[in-house]
Amino acid sequence: MKSENGERRIYLDNNATTRCDPRVVEAMLPFFTEKYGNSASRNHGFGWEAEEAVEKARTQVAAVIGADAKEIVFTSGATEADNLALKGVAEMYREKGDHIISVPTEHKAIIDTAKHLESLGLKVTWLPVDKEGLIDLDELRRSITEKTILISVMAVNNEVGVIQPLAEIGKIAAEKGVLFHTDAVQAVGKIPIDVNAMGIHLLSMSGHKIYGPKGIGALYVRRRNPRVRVSIQMHGGGHERGYRSGTLAVPLIVGFGKACELAAEDLSSGEIERVRKLRDRLLDGIRARVPESYVNGSLTRRAPNNLNISFAYVEGESLLMGINDIAVSSGSEDLAHTSIRFGLGRFTTEEEVDYTIERLSGIVSRLRELSPLWEMAQEGIDITKVNWQGH
Amino acid sequence: MAYSKKVIEHYENPRNVGSMPKDDPAVGTGLVGAPECGDVMKLQLRITEDGVIEDAKFKTFGCGSAIASSSLATEWVKGKTIDEALAIRNTDIVQELALPPVKIHCSVLAEDAIKQAIEDFKRKRAVREAEPAPAVKTGA
Repeated sequence: MKSENGERRIYLDNNATTRCDPRVVEAMLPFFTEKYGNSASRNHGFGWEAEEAVEKARTQVAAVIGADAKEIVFTSGATEADNLALKGVAEMYREKGDHIISVPTEHKAIIDTAKHLESLGLKVTWLPVDKEGLIDLDELRRSITEKTILISVMAVNNEVGVIQPLAEIGKIAAEKGVLFHTDAVQAVGKIPIDVNAMGIHLLSMSGHKIYGPKGIGALYVRRRNPRVRVSIQMHGGGHERGYRSGTLAVPLIVGFGKACELAAEDLSSGEIERVRKLRDRLLDGIRARVPESYVNGSLTRRAPNNLNISFAYVEGESLLMGINDIAVSSGSEDLAHTSIRFGLGRFTTEEEVDYTIERLSGIVSRLRELSPLWEMAQEGIDITKVNWQGH
Repeated sequence: MAYSKKVIEHYENPRNVGSMPKDDPAVGTGLVGAPECGDVMKLQLRITEDGVIEDAKFKTFGCGSAIASSSLATEWVKGKTIDEALAIRNTDIVQELALPPVKIHCSVLAEDAIKQAIEDFKRKRAVREAEPAPAVKTGA
């Protein structure tokens, strides 16, 4: 893809956000200038057509996770959905208990909300993950007490794409009578999600990670087996069955609905397999051309669109500077290892992947020629044993 | 963050990249920074009996500004006497490369690397002068 000034730009940061699909934009457009009614207006056609569009979108959103439309609460995004899930459950089930279980590799929307609840007196157990990035189910089982009200474990990790064992967690939650919330922002349209088969009680999702618009998301709240309730975090006109007041963002909801429909198609049409093949092509290309590069997180239990690789003895900023026509995300630097997150997507082409391999392998070997740490490593010096004079 | 043209130019075409034998008595080596700080610079100078820097090489693990600072340092010290090289200030590097405030530490590292390399050379020379006969390894 070319930028405005005609320079080549490749977007491989689809875990951060995605390009809005033109079909999504097309679906949204009438709801700005023609069908601009308030879906809560009950006494004229403008309101009715808006409401009809919202309900159609609600069905589309529900379908991609195997839920019922009545179980979808629209929010401003997944951060709000995560807040509503955690705070809403903590408040609603305070009588039952005050203990929440989550994972340190969650998104900040979960971590910071859980820490806030901790500051209010709730207890949070942070389950460790192994080197593959996965939680230990026995550890989860052991962590559950009589006071546990909620387990919140993300479906697919935003940094390394690792898929947690959702159905197994759901089973444990059901056995112990604990609610199971999952942040499925990175999972929708990448892996099959079924809230019933997986025993999920609450699920957060987002529009802009699935080629929909920014500013819209949803919380799935189970209505039966068991009926789950969350206490209100946004008071007002009683929209969304009272769970989330505020005039509905009709155009965004319509776009989100369309995006969910297309995301479901990605899973059934073979599109996601195309992305997986591109991801594997990228991995194979990098492995073949760049020695001492390591995949972070499990490769087998991983969403098909994500690759996260560490390059030894190369500094992050200089690496990104060398591939500045390719949008990627740079993660933590750990003792001279730089990790790069590649998020492939619906608009990624094979040619872009090949170009990325070429550019990246070129820049890594050039920076290693420049790197005194690479030189020391080649001489067999353990850089962790050097008496560095840091500043 | 936007880099200055000069930083980009040095990053893309770094001068005097390489290594010299550390044990060579005419070579002074400076190794500054630390991997956990994100910058490591190795600067080596080949210095004549008269104290003139006849060659300089560097290798840097670090951001574009760190690479540019050390590349520029090698360019500047070549042909200078020890004393002239010691007079180079990090602020000269900041000015030449138009480094932003967050990158000033890169220039400090480059100045430190020059000083350490010269110190290393002087130390070797002092040792040599103390024992004029070349030390023979006994292998014991």
